[in-house]
Amino acid sequence: MNPFIVIGGILVLILLYVWSLYNGLISLKTQIEEAWSQIDVQLKRRSDLIPNLISTVKGYAKHEKSIMDSVTRARASMLSAKSMNAKAKASEDLSGVLGKLLAIAENYPQLKANDSFIQLQKELSDTEDKVAYARQYYNNSVMEFNTKIRTFPNTLVNERLGFPEKEFFGATEEERKTVKVNFE
Amino acid sequence: MTITSQIRSNVTRTYVFMTLFVAFVVLAAYVMGNALGYGNSWLFIAVVLSVISSLASYYWGDKMVLAMSGARAADRQRDFDFFTVAENLAIAAGIPTPKLYVIDDTAMNAFATGRDPQHAVVCATSGILTRLERRELEGVIAHELSHIKNFDTRLMAVVAVLIGTIAFLADMFMRTLWWGGGRRSRDRDDNLGGILLIIGIILAILSPIIATLIQLAVSRKREFLADASGAYLTRYPSGLAKALEKLSKDKEVLEAATNATAHLFITNPFKGKNFGAWFSGLFDTHPPIAERIKILRAM
Repeated sequence: MNPFIVIGGILVLILLYVWSLYNGLISLKTQIEEAWSQIDVQLKRRSDLIPNLISTVKGYAKHEKSIMDSVTRARASMLSAKSMNAKAKASEDLSGVLGKLLAIAENYPQLKANDSFIQLQKELSDTEDKVAYARQYYNNSVMEFNTKIRTFPNTLVNERLGFPEKEFFGATEEERKTVKVNFE
Repeated sequence: MTITSQIRSNVTRTYVFMTLFVAFVVLAAYVMGNALGYGNSWLFIAVVLSVISSLASYYWGDKMVLAMSGARAADRQRDFDFFTVAENLAIAAGIPTPKLYVIDDTAMNAFATGRDPQHAVVCATSGILTRLERRELEGVIAHELSHIKNFDTRLMAVVAVLIGTIAFLADMFMRTLWWGGGRRSRDRDDNLGGILLIIGIILAILSPIIATLIQLAVSRKREFLADASGAYLTRYPSGLAKALEKLSKDKEVLEAATNATAHLFITNPFKGKNFGAWFSGLFDTHPPIAERIKILRAM
């Protein structure tokens, strides 16, 4: 057996391996970017619902000014947040104050029975779900990517390719679980 | 079995099934043609028709299945929970939102179809939409989206249309026998004609049964897998478990389902009433609900 053929064959195999690893990582990276823009779209969608909600609530519960202001502030800081961490934090704060705002409807039967309030409430809780699922998809993709570059022998090749690990978005799966149970 | 190997096996099985179907129809046409005395003139027609229906089932299987079930397109206002839950879970699964349809029937059931995630359809009865809580509906839709993502729907749509075709052909043959009688060709030995006639009758009886068996072979295990991957999407297995509990209590038969489409649904739309009780276990298109619930509860 010609040693050159053997060495050549091994080299070709290694090249094929690096090639497929590289392509796999690139497509995962694109998937992560897509997942991130999905989160962004849903966060934006939620902030778009808030002005309508505030004006509806105002019509029935003028005195709850402080809570409405805190929602407006949380929305503003949500919109101005740039980094992923800041967005995750702002989004959680916004969820918190929104929950309080929706809870005061209990004290205002007319507000609670208002059609557009009911509709907004449905849309908001649906958007919360959308954010949660978009985040789940994003974090799944990140996990897949990180596992791929961390495992042997990919990790050796990646020292050359130099893909950095990706960051998870916001709350962990455990926190999400408790949120879901609260809906019951 | 992992999801990737499941997808691969579904894709290969689809092609194997389409080929088998063509072979089966050609063989059946040969036997029946001879039994009825039409000779081999049927063969050419059978080849053309079976190839066409094979391809049609691949490309338009979803539309045919929908037409068979008489569904209407879902509306965001009217079917808010259905619509948004499907949107949300499609986000979680990383696939485009499927087209959504509703069958106006009080029986509780749902199915998914389409050749790939880009051409997918999820269909639910109005009964299931009104009687399930949102979290339970999520479990059901997640199950259906898993069928789509695993390419179960491609195989199942092809199977549904081709089984329908076989049933139709067998039915036609039986009618011809009944009304037309055997117009045997004169140059053929009467004995041989008689034997072929008997084989023809046996095949006509057997073919729907063979077809059903094929359809069962491809459908049972995947229900468990879809339950599991659905639970992975919602992170809330009890949602589907509760939904299945409600579904198992629902004794109503779904009128829109046929033998050809029964295996598509999340639970057996006939509630085991369509076949004789003595072989209902053999012919069940779905694993027992109690077992599925038990597994989901243990997750």
